[in-house]
Amino acid sequence: MSLQGQLSASISSSSSAFLAPSVFINSSRAVNVSVPSKRLGVCKCVATPTEEVTAYKTTVSRNANIAKLQAGYLFPEIARRRAAHLVKYPDAKVISLGIGDTTEPIPEVITSAMAQRSYALSTVEGYSGYGAEQGERPVRAAIASTFYKDLGIEEDDIFVSDGAKCDISRLQVVFGSDVTVAVQDPSYPAYVDSSVILGQTGLYQKDIQKYANIEYMKCSPENGFFPDLSTVARTDIIFFCSPNNPTGSAATWEQLTQLVQFAKDNGSIIVYDSAYAMYMSDDNPRSIFEIPGAKEVALETASFSKYAGFTGVRLGWTVIPKQLLFSDGFPVAKDFNRIVCTCFNGASNISQAGGLACLSPEGLKAMHEVIGFYKENTQIIMETFNSLGFKVYGGTNAPYVWVHFPGQSSWDVFAEILEKTHVVTTPGSGFGPGGEGFIRVSAFGHRENVLEACRRFKQLYK
Amino acid sequence: MVFSYQPTPAHVDMPIHAASTQRRHFSPTSSSSRTIVSATLDLEDKIGAGQCSKVARNVNMENLRGNYLFPEIAMRELEHARRYPNEQLIRLGIGDTTQPIPRTIASAMAEQALALSTDRGYRGYGDEQGNKELRMAIANTMYRDMGLMWEEVFVSDGAQCDISRLQMLLGPRVTVAVPDPSFPAYVDSSIIVGQAGKFEEATGKHQNIVYMKCLPEDNFFPDLTNTPRTDIIFFCSPNNPTGAAATRSQFKRLVDFARSNGSIIVHDAAYSAYISDGSPKSIFEIPGAKEVAIEISSFSKFAGFTGVRLGWTVVPNELTYSSGFPLIKDYNRIVCTCFNGASNIAQAGGLACLSPEGRQALNKLIEFYRGNAEILVDAFQSVGLKAYGGKNSPYAWVHFPGSSSWDIFNKILEKTHIVTVPGVGFGPGGEEYIRVSAFGKKETMLEASERIKTLLYNNLN
Repeated sequence: MSLQGQLSASISSSSSAFLAPSVFINSSRAVNVSVPSKRLGVCKCVATPTEEVTAYKTTVSRNANIAKLQAGYLFPEIARRRAAHLVKYPDAKVISLGIGDTTEPIPEVITSAMAQRSYALSTVEGYSGYGAEQGERPVRAAIASTFYKDLGIEEDDIFVSDGAKCDISRLQVVFGSDVTVAVQDPSYPAYVDSSVILGQTGLYQKDIQKYANIEYMKCSPENGFFPDLSTVARTDIIFFCSPNNPTGSAATWEQLTQLVQFAKDNGSIIVYDSAYAMYMSDDNPRSIFEIPGAKEVALETASFSKYAGFTGVRLGWTVIPKQLLFSDGFPVAKDFNRIVCTCFNGASNISQAGGLACLSPEGLKAMHEVIGFYKENTQIIMETFNSLGFKVYGGTNAPYVWVHFPGQSSWDVFAEILEKTHVVTTPGSGFGPGGEGFIRVSAFGHRENVLEACRRFKQLYK
Repeated sequence: MVFSYQPTPAHVDMPIHAASTQRRHFSPTSSSSRTIVSATLDLEDKIGAGQCSKVARNVNMENLRGNYLFPEIAMRELEHARRYPNEQLIRLGIGDTTQPIPRTIASAMAEQALALSTDRGYRGYGDEQGNKELRMAIANTMYRDMGLMWEEVFVSDGAQCDISRLQMLLGPRVTVAVPDPSFPAYVDSSIIVGQAGKFEEATGKHQNIVYMKCLPEDNFFPDLTNTPRTDIIFFCSPNNPTGAAATRSQFKRLVDFARSNGSIIVHDAAYSAYISDGSPKSIFEIPGAKEVAIEISSFSKFAGFTGVRLGWTVVPNELTYSSGFPLIKDYNRIVCTCFNGASNIAQAGGLACLSPEGRQALNKLIEFYRGNAEILVDAFQSVGLKAYGGKNSPYAWVHFPGSSSWDIFNKILEKTHIVTVPGVGFGPGGEEYIRVSAFGKKETMLEASERIKTLLYNNLN
């Protein structure tokens, strides 16, 4: 079966679960889909039969946990659909408001610092080999003083990384397979997927679109996108993201105080994802550590990706307070440190030089400008959907607009928008069953593309 | 004596695989580049009782014994430097590259960084599997004529990270064999994922891991006829720490062994660039290997990228689980879900490394480090010790028969102010050996060489 055939076949499903991944592991985000020219048919695809059968098999069993995953990770799936669409309409001007990928150039104050560090590595005085796995001291100090000033968070509570997504998996490795986990519904898919991979969950239940053993905390317009904690069962770990991906909702001081109390009462650990904190317009808390008592129940993960356009440069951090302890009194930070030293080897020194420049006064100013630009995009998108009579959420505190399409399958809406306007969005059900009936429109894009996309939305929905 | 963490102040982790049960109190100060977060050791005082969560600690983490080897060495180094502030410490412990990255490669990275400030040159998320250009360059340069496609190459932020991603992929239920001695990440990641079973103090081994003893008599190649079947076989050639490079016929034996057992070989080729005697640089040089092996590699020791962070893993399409499901699919899933690609700047550097100009410059560096290793090997041999390595690796592996490797480590450190790595840190098969790393200036090697000769001459006479 040709690659093209596989891709076309994969478009036609109307179910909200996304489909079996294509066999050939090619660049998932590239525009041009290339077909391997040698030995076609060697790989066996689970879902569709092949003509040729591989002669030799090892006797190693596949990891049952990974087998529980329903299909590919969400964003490569979106990329595949985009690529397939381009094959179908090679002359269409496809606009990507799907994967939340930054588009604007990185401010020069930041890239010149990275260039300088690169050159320095070719000199005797400037060469450095292995860095501290936890990150270079000046970077850790700058993060602590920029984001956690007066919150009692110290430099050595900060662990610099190659990004929040990677940190989430490392945290899951720390926690292990025996913990129970709660996620917001909808939520960033890495929490659930990493949970499945680590063996914390049971099987996927197709009828309700949930994995057994995960507590899904519904976040909807009805509850202001904050879960009704009185209906949430106790779990060891609670993933919470604010400002939220995908709903864009930012939790209030009162809500976070409730959450911290809930975690305290239950002896749970909150994994607080603050990757979009700098997009906050309202006066909501930017760090969980603004809430008294949070240091004993929470750790926080964050990223330079959406602040500095570092999606490709790779830099983020995780904060683990010394007061955060397992039930036997053992500090969580100590185990995280062990993982960081054993399963990781530090973020790239060049990326860290960029991070340090980001946190200089000039760098911060430049980041605020780029963030402001994306926030303007968000406004434009919000206004467009509002004007068309849609119920629109998010946008104010995050670079995502969460649009309600009541009674419709979000994959169907996604497909229709793609087919009729050549604009890529993300179907809400990709973030969990609570996302059904919603579309996430991301606000990263060149201004003219965002404006053009909005013109097309107006055409489609007028 | 079984080590377990007790939440009392200033409690110190024991070195892993320690022959002695000596406890040390240690509180490091700031500046070491490898300082671990030991401040937490003091925090129990501040917190006091109460306020623990009800989340049980991961039993696999409890099963880890002490620090990862290299932070432990770093701690000892720091402590020694504090005690002897006027002595010139020579660091031949952690295998950290020291020579600057060739200009042509550094410029490529600088240019990529600057390009990110331009409309045309800006790049956001790259493919999680790596930039196509780099994947193709790796396939064409490293795996030419081995029938591997660029789609089978996954670029990463380094071999240590890839080992853990592979372990996450393979899961807790597989059985594992490691060379003994070997790079500690294989055993540690195995423990973390839950494959290893209980630690046995008496043997220094984890119950469920098969330790394939590697002896000098056999060129440090394991005796496969006495090795029970495991699902996964870790292998590293040239080996860290012994420096031994498997011959073609040894590789073939390994591939045949894996094939007859239905096992998967995870081959760590991080030092393959150091091979100088014509031994295979990739397991895929062996026919049939594509159906039984994964190969991990790295730019770290090849290009001085220890801080830049770049490596790759090759997963052949032909490698399948017992069900026939291709492993590459699951590996791709892990890479897309638990990772987000290596830094685009590092990747630009990688591409420059693989250009003819880049390779030429790097070959000179590798020659330089190999020459250093030969100086060290010669030094030990000149005082009558059996020393291995140098020919195909940047390490000297020295035998001190009848001695505890931590004792030798301590003696060398105390008397010559040279930091090495005790062999037992790489597994019980490393007991009686010391690994001396050859990364450093030539003068440093010569100075180290002198100190060693003096100390050992004095001790042997």
